[in-house]
Amino acid sequence: MRAWEVLDVGGLVTVQDAGRPGLAHLGVPRAGWLDAPAARHAHRLVGNDDRPATRALLEVTLGGLRLRSTASRWVAVTGAACTVSVDGAARAHGRPEWLPAGAELRLGPATTGVRSYLAVAGGLDVEPVLGSRSTDTLAWVGPPLVTAGTVLALGEPAGPPVPVDVPAVVRPGPLRVRPGPRADWFAADALDRLCATSYVAAPASDRVGLRLAADSALERVRPGELASEGMVLGAVQVPPDGRPVVLLADHPTTGGYPVLAVVERDDLARCAQVRPGGAVRFVRVP
Amino acid sequence: MRPATTLLPVGPTALLAEVADAGQALSLALFARAAAVPAVEVVPAATTVLFDGLAGPEDVAAVHRLVALWTPGAPVADGDLVELPTTYDGADLDDVAERWGTDRDGVVARHAGTTFVSAFCGFAPGFAYLDGLAADLAVPRLDTPRTRVPAGSVGLAGAWCGVYPTGSPGGWRLLGRTDAVLWDPARSGGRGDRGPALLAPGTRVRFVPA
Repeated sequence: MRAWEVLDVGGLVTVQDAGRPGLAHLGVPRAGWLDAPAARHAHRLVGNDDRPATRALLEVTLGGLRLRSTASRWVAVTGAACTVSVDGAARAHGRPEWLPAGAELRLGPATTGVRSYLAVAGGLDVEPVLGSRSTDTLAWVGPPLVTAGTVLALGEPAGPPVPVDVPAVVRPGPLRVRPGPRADWFAADALDRLCATSYVAAPASDRVGLRLAADSALERVRPGELASEGMVLGAVQVPPDGRPVVLLADHPTTGGYPVLAVVERDDLARCAQVRPGGAVRFVRVP
Repeated sequence: MRPATTLLPVGPTALLAEVADAGQALSLALFARAAAVPAVEVVPAATTVLFDGLAGPEDVAAVHRLVALWTPGAPVADGDLVELPTTYDGADLDDVAERWGTDRDGVVARHAGTTFVSAFCGFAPGFAYLDGLAADLAVPRLDTPRTRVPAGSVGLAGAWCGVYPTGSPGGWRLLGRTDAVLWDPARSGGRGDRGPALLAPGTRVRFVPA
C-alpha cells in the first residue's frame, strides 16, 4: 500500500477535507478544514485542483509532525508558518516539495498562526464517512485522530504540481460582523460594545469555537433560556458569562445561547489562526 | 393576512424562521424540503427553522417566498413508524412514577401508549427530540448530569423523550433502554435504507415493552 506512516505528532493532527454539510438536521457538525484558503492553496500546489473539496489533507495544530512515506509524492505545507524538512534537509513552506519513498518528512512547531496544512498529490485516501473524510472533533464522526502509528493510504495523483501560486490575500484588521438574530437579547448598544472591546483568544479555543476573553462582559437584558436553535458557522454566541465564542467548523448544530453577531465568511480563516493570547477585535459592516 | 412566521437574517447566507412550537417547526421544515428550498441545511428546532447555506440574495428571496406559502397548523403524522423494543428498568423510573403520581406500571403504560414524533435532532448525531408527551407530564433535567449514560438509554427532559444514540454524559431522567441502533454512519439513506439517523425529523416512534 502506498501510505504515510505517522511517527510522531506534537499536538492535534486531523484529516480534513471541505467537510460534510447538509446533515445538520441529524445533529452532524459540518467539520472540514478551518482555514479554507490555506487548505485549498496546499491542494493547488500539489496538483489536487481536480476535486479539492473531497481530497483530504492533514490539519496540523501548533505542535509539529513527523512521518515516513512509502511512495514518492509531491507535498506542500501552507497555513501557519513552520519549518519543513525532508530527511533533515530544509524545504520550503508554501511550495511543492518532492518527498521520495522512504524519506522522513518533518514539520516543526508553528511559529506564527495555529494551523498548518500538509497536502499530498492524490490526497489522503482514508475511508469517507457520510461523504467526507473530515474528522469532527465534537461528535467524532469521521476518521480517528492522527497519532503516532497511524497509517494513511495515499490516493493516485491527478495532475502535476503548480510551482507558482500565491495564497489568498488575508485581509488585516478587525473581524467583520453583522447583527445576529438574537441581538435583542442584549442591551441596545451591545453590538457597539462588542466592536469597541479588545478581546484576547482564550487557550480553550478549539475547532468548535474561538473563545474570547475581555475585562468587560456583554450583558443580557432578557433573562431566561433561549430554546435551542440552529447555529451557523461564524455565529458569535454569548453564554451567560458574557464572553463571546465564535463558532467554527465543529460547532454543535443547535445551541441555546443567543447569537449577537455573525462573522463574515471571508474572515473565518483568521479565526483559525489566532493564537491563544492573540488580540481579536470586531467591526460592524453596513 | 399576517405572515405565519418571521424570518430573521443570520449573516448574509442564512435565515432563521420563528414559529409557534416544535410541531410547526417540523411542519415548515418538511414543507420547505419537499418544495426543494435552495438551502444546504434545513434545521428544525424547538421554535425555529434555520435555512443555512443560501448562495446569495436570490436564494434569500426564494426562502421568503416559500415560507410565505406555508400554512401552519397542518400536523405532521404521516412519517415512517419505528417501533423500539424497550426494557423499562431505568434508574429514574421510580422518580418519574412519583412525579407522575403513579407506579412503575403506570409510567410504562403512559410512555408506551404514546405515539411520538421526532421533531428535531441535536445534542449528538442521531439524538432526536421526541414530541408527544402531555405538557403536564414534563419532568426537570437532573440537577447533576450523569458522567456516562449508555447508548440506547431512553430518557425524559421536560416534555421531551429522547434515546441516547451513543454513550455520553447526560442529564435526562432514564426510563429504560433499547437495543435499537439509533446512529449508524454506514447507513446510506438510499432506497429502502433509513439513513444514518434512525429517528430523523418527521419519523413517528412507539416504545414497545420488551
